[in-house]
Amino acid sequence: MTWSEQYIAFKTIVVREVLRFARIWVQTILPPVITTALYFIIFGRLIGPEIGQMQGFDYIDYIVPGLIMMAVITNSYANVVSSFFSSKFQHNIEELLVSPTPNYIILLGYIAGGVCRGLSVGVAVTAVAWFFSDLGFTHVLVIISIVMLTAVLFSIAGLINGVYAKSFDDISIIPTFVLTPLTYLGGVFYSIDMLSSFWQHLSLLNPILYMVNAFRYGFLGVSDIPLLTSYIIISTFIIALFQMGLYLLNRGHGIRN
Amino acid sequence: MDKALTIRNLGKTYSNGFVALKGIDMEVDRGDFFALLGPNGAGKSTTIGILSSLVRKTTGKVSIMGHDIDVDFGAAKKLLGLVPQEFNFNVFLPVEEVVINQAGYYGIDRKIACTRAEQYLRELGLWEKRREMARNLSGGMKRRLMIARALVHEPELLILDEPTAGVDIEIRRSMWSFLRKLNAEGTTIILTTHYLEEAESLCRNIAIIDDGVLIENTSMKKLLGQLHSETFLLDLATAIDSLPVLDGFATHLLDGHTLEVEVEKGMSMNQLFAVLGAQGIKVNSLRSKTNRLEQLFVNIVESSKQMESQE
Repeated sequence: MTWSEQYIAFKTIVVREVLRFARIWVQTILPPVITTALYFIIFGRLIGPEIGQMQGFDYIDYIVPGLIMMAVITNSYANVVSSFFSSKFQHNIEELLVSPTPNYIILLGYIAGGVCRGLSVGVAVTAVAWFFSDLGFTHVLVIISIVMLTAVLFSIAGLINGVYAKSFDDISIIPTFVLTPLTYLGGVFYSIDMLSSFWQHLSLLNPILYMVNAFRYGFLGVSDIPLLTSYIIISTFIIALFQMGLYLLNRGHGIRN
Repeated sequence: MDKALTIRNLGKTYSNGFVALKGIDMEVDRGDFFALLGPNGAGKSTTIGILSSLVRKTTGKVSIMGHDIDVDFGAAKKLLGLVPQEFNFNVFLPVEEVVINQAGYYGIDRKIACTRAEQYLRELGLWEKRREMARNLSGGMKRRLMIARALVHEPELLILDEPTAGVDIEIRRSMWSFLRKLNAEGTTIILTTHYLEEAESLCRNIAIIDDGVLIENTSMKKLLGQLHSETFLLDLATAIDSLPVLDGFATHLLDGHTLEVEVEKGMSMNQLFAVLGAQGIKVNSLRSKTNRLEQLFVNIVESSKQMESQE
């Protein structure tokens, strides 16, 4: 395929993916907005004032970046894993496999679809957050780059999950038992400075901690982690997972006999 | 480069140890209408899977329109269209989108894709249904949608894996005439089917696979020439009580009005009617007891199995 043909194939996958989640926006965009609004009401308005300040900020302002990031992570992951697995389940992934579209374009297409969903939800949640908190956009480029990189990372992770999944149960196991605990323990609601030394060091093994803190730095200018470390960790994960995703597609794992 | 498809020593062993193909050699000429037949589980779908990249071969070489799939599968895929046995489109998409998306995967500009989608959906009688969700189509419409989807990138080689399964006679015949037209326009077609009447009516050349081995690969004419006898059922104008003795023909009386006659190779129908006329037996109509190709197919597959069991 020529470059322009590859671009058309890429665009086709992305548009298909965006239309897929846009058509069912009540299932894809609305729920995270409602859930996050509830977080703002309960943790921000009701419990927040009792907690007081965190690293010099009102509690609600402190948790907003983490809650936005949580929605972006969950949705970029969910978009790719459910779309890819559904394609496998219905066998319409074969439409792509029999075509000359190279595997890296397939991978990039699904990633872009996941990023679009993650960002759509992220923007919607940010708009809701405006009602509840005084959002500061201290470092806009950091906000944009970190949210993009995080959405890319979890889109690839979603695809890998989709490749391995053999049933609909398999696509909910990782989000439920891995992603959600890691997100809650990734400094969304607290600073790791509050933890004992052991738990602080253990928290450093959680990649989501780096994303949440870098994202918070973008909004508030404070972080438990040096910004450069966050970029290095996120980029390393992206490169490693991209290679793995491409390897699985090239091998045809779970999609070719 | 006059071959649409060249297969050499094609073998496939699945991860569970099942040997689906045991070294197949086959060629299909450009412009041919080719039947690939075999009983269920013979290896037809595995062969098609390998050609379309859904199944990885274990051994052998495959070349599609001169492109070795080990060297440049992308170029080969561009020239290949596949209509699979199972419905494999997104049933939650509108019909038109299924076709247009497929064009996009081949790098075809959306404007051209829309024009072609309209052309093929119209030709296959689906244009009125273009905005319907694919899941709402009938079985026959779904099969035609898969044909339209396979044609949108205008392949030179079209493979149809049981395209008329579960389709009513009227639609089947309209699909036959569409495929004939397509073939006449230059598209090479490989067809697998369990309706042997379909293969006999459409195809010029034929290959039969059984148990992963190619047991026949010849022209339809030559194959049908191998038939030693053909059995006809005669619908008699007047009922008869006893089995008539027809010189040179084996007969069997099914009921008073239906006579079964076996016509050996070399005997003509004129001879049969002469004998019948001499005995005063009047015939209203006649039909072949089984399709000629079906009779041959059963003979070939059975003798292949007998040879295998003797080994």
